[in-house]
Amino acid sequence: MSEPNLLYTDVEDDLRSSVRALLADRCDPHAVIALYDGDRSLVAPLWKALAIDLGLAGLLVPEDRGGAGASAREAAVVLEELGRAVAPVPFLTSAVVATTALAGTDGDLLAELAEGERTAALAVPLPTTPYGVIPAVPATGGRLTGTVTSVAGALEADVLLVPAATGDGLALYGVAATDVTRVPVVSLDMSRQLADVRLDGAAGTPVIANAEPAVRRALRAGAALLASEQFGVARWCLDETVGYLTQRRQFGRVVGGFQALKHRLADLATGVDSANAAARYAAALPAGDPDLELATALAQAYCSDLAVTAAEEAVQLHGGIGMTWEHPAHLYLKRAKADQIAFGTAGAHRARLAGLVDLPGAP
Amino acid sequence: MTFDDLRQRVERFLAAHDPATTERLEFLRARYDAGLAWVHFPEGHGGLGLPQAWQPEVDDLFAAAGAPDNNPHSNVIGLGMAAPTILAFGTEDQKRRFLRPLWTGEEIWCQLFSEPGAGSDLAALATRAVRDGDEWVVNGQKVWTSSAHLARFAILVARTDPDVPKHRGMTYFLCDMSDPGVDVRPLRQITGEAEFNEVFLTDVRIPDGHRLGDVGQGWAVATATLNTERVAIGGRATPREGGLVGMVARSWREHPERRTPELHDRLLRLWVEAEVARLTGVRLRQKLAQGRPGPEGAAMKLTFARLNQQLSGLELELLGEQGLRYSDWTMVRPERVDFTSRDPGYRYLRAKGNSIEGGTSEILRNIVAERVLGLPPEPRVDKDVPWKDQAK
Repeated sequence: MSEPNLLYTDVEDDLRSSVRALLADRCDPHAVIALYDGDRSLVAPLWKALAIDLGLAGLLVPEDRGGAGASAREAAVVLEELGRAVAPVPFLTSAVVATTALAGTDGDLLAELAEGERTAALAVPLPTTPYGVIPAVPATGGRLTGTVTSVAGALEADVLLVPAATGDGLALYGVAATDVTRVPVVSLDMSRQLADVRLDGAAGTPVIANAEPAVRRALRAGAALLASEQFGVARWCLDETVGYLTQRRQFGRVVGGFQALKHRLADLATGVDSANAAARYAAALPAGDPDLELATALAQAYCSDLAVTAAEEAVQLHGGIGMTWEHPAHLYLKRAKADQIAFGTAGAHRARLAGLVDLPGAP
Repeated sequence: MTFDDLRQRVERFLAAHDPATTERLEFLRARYDAGLAWVHFPEGHGGLGLPQAWQPEVDDLFAAAGAPDNNPHSNVIGLGMAAPTILAFGTEDQKRRFLRPLWTGEEIWCQLFSEPGAGSDLAALATRAVRDGDEWVVNGQKVWTSSAHLARFAILVARTDPDVPKHRGMTYFLCDMSDPGVDVRPLRQITGEAEFNEVFLTDVRIPDGHRLGDVGQGWAVATATLNTERVAIGGRATPREGGLVGMVARSWREHPERRTPELHDRLLRLWVEAEVARLTGVRLRQKLAQGRPGPEGAAMKLTFARLNQQLSGLELELLGEQGLRYSDWTMVRPERVDFTSRDPGYRYLRAKGNSIEGGTSEILRNIVAERVLGLPPEPRVDKDVPWKDQAK
């Protein structure tokens, strides 16, 4: 087995620098905290800057459809940075999941997403795994009725991609956001706020017939690249905690010099390094690689728990300040915990691995 | 020289020295003299000054031609630790005298570093070397010495100046194990066998010409040796399920009657960790290939030690009643550590050493915390105290 490059190319380093610089400039942690108090004014201009000014909305869309024609490797670098800043933008839901679902379709929607003119979201509950039953609403004569709960990216979307059960199986419909009722959910992670989407006989445009493979592909891409976001979250937690513990003094010493804390941080650093490799592998395999599904399940099984551990350690090792509303550590804890459930828990991905690597359960 | 030039050089060598008809030692010596032993070594010392990354392919070419190898498993310390240190710190005479028979396997090497009173704190070592004209007279006790009973030479660190702080008073020697003052005794371990030895040194005489580096430079030389050890441990390439996890997975597949939901959960968690650790190793090697080595190898070793212990423990539980049976407690002297061809009980016990040998997991966590994360070093109350005045 020859392994793909798990490091970063110069092009990827440059991409990281521009995303990081923009986020440093436009995504202040206190503006993210304000999301929890109902002030969402950060979201739209930040997404516009990333999607249009940096051209990230079309990163994964082929060049002949108006996109950048980049690979998952580059999208993963963007997600590392978005995770590091807990940025409240619909990159994962629109630029990764929605564009992947639409790959191969020939309507205008994909090009519009690539331009950043419009933003889309796949209307499934955020915990939907790439492996299980895909939740679908009934469609009758092109009219969709039902409720899809806990949809990520719906609040930012102009178009919802709704899996619908038709007489001929699962189809994907495009429904204008103005034709549905979106009820914002008070979410554990307000930096990726969910919405319940109610369809009352909404008129949908059929986008893909026999859409199950496309929807699974989209969910798989989302799960694979979520691992890079989780790595970014974990990396921030480690760096921030190390930085704080090299400043904070108690008992006349820098507390980062106490071995009880050093050893915890060494273990965390080892885990973060491992998460980097797992996430990178899931992002570095070329499309269609036979190991992709395994790599995805592996990355989720590892990175989703590791990010939570990193955020929990960050809160604990910051001591009292880590429990305050003012310090950003809680943003990462909430994101990490929500990410752990998104696209299936680590346990769901381990269960999938059991089938993939021939380690069946007890009879 | 390009890799193609190198390949042609190997082919010309093989044409001139038919592996089928050339006597083994003669073949190995000729290979060394042709610079094809370790191509990254300099010319004249078994190499051609080429990238180390080319060596595996050279070895493959020789193996494909049915050539004898130098049985590298029998001289791990020599090839992995002594040779790079001699190359870095040795005089031309020393390189000429020692490297060739080391590589061919004519002379096996061992390592006389650890002592009963100097484990993690190696710089506390008490073995004394006292100068006597052109010779040094060495007295002391070393421990955890693998291959000492087979070795012709040892790399040895001894205290030459007790009046200065501990790191400054050591000197590095190449010790002849056939000296009558060298007494090697097997050290039996929890597996029942004796992989290692205790070595008692009584008035052992070492010519000054076998000193490696300057007097008092022993710590710097020893540190160089130990760094090569960590790179060697962290740098192995394995395929998926290549290590202990593969053995546990096979056992799981072969015995459906032993499966329980609880064991299944633990197995899957460890399988994930082992595969992620493998990918982390792949990534680390890709970094090393770009010439960016760092202390990350310490993190790698931490992970492997923990996984080996958890996997070998799980394997015994998975075996149930069969896990209660041990192959053999008879004291033997194994030639090498081999987890794969031994029974699960042995693996469980031997894996306990993985978090102790080559740096305990506690010391490695300090290394990661200090050198990777930049956290403050441990307080060192003995740093500036002359060795002879320290509490022992």
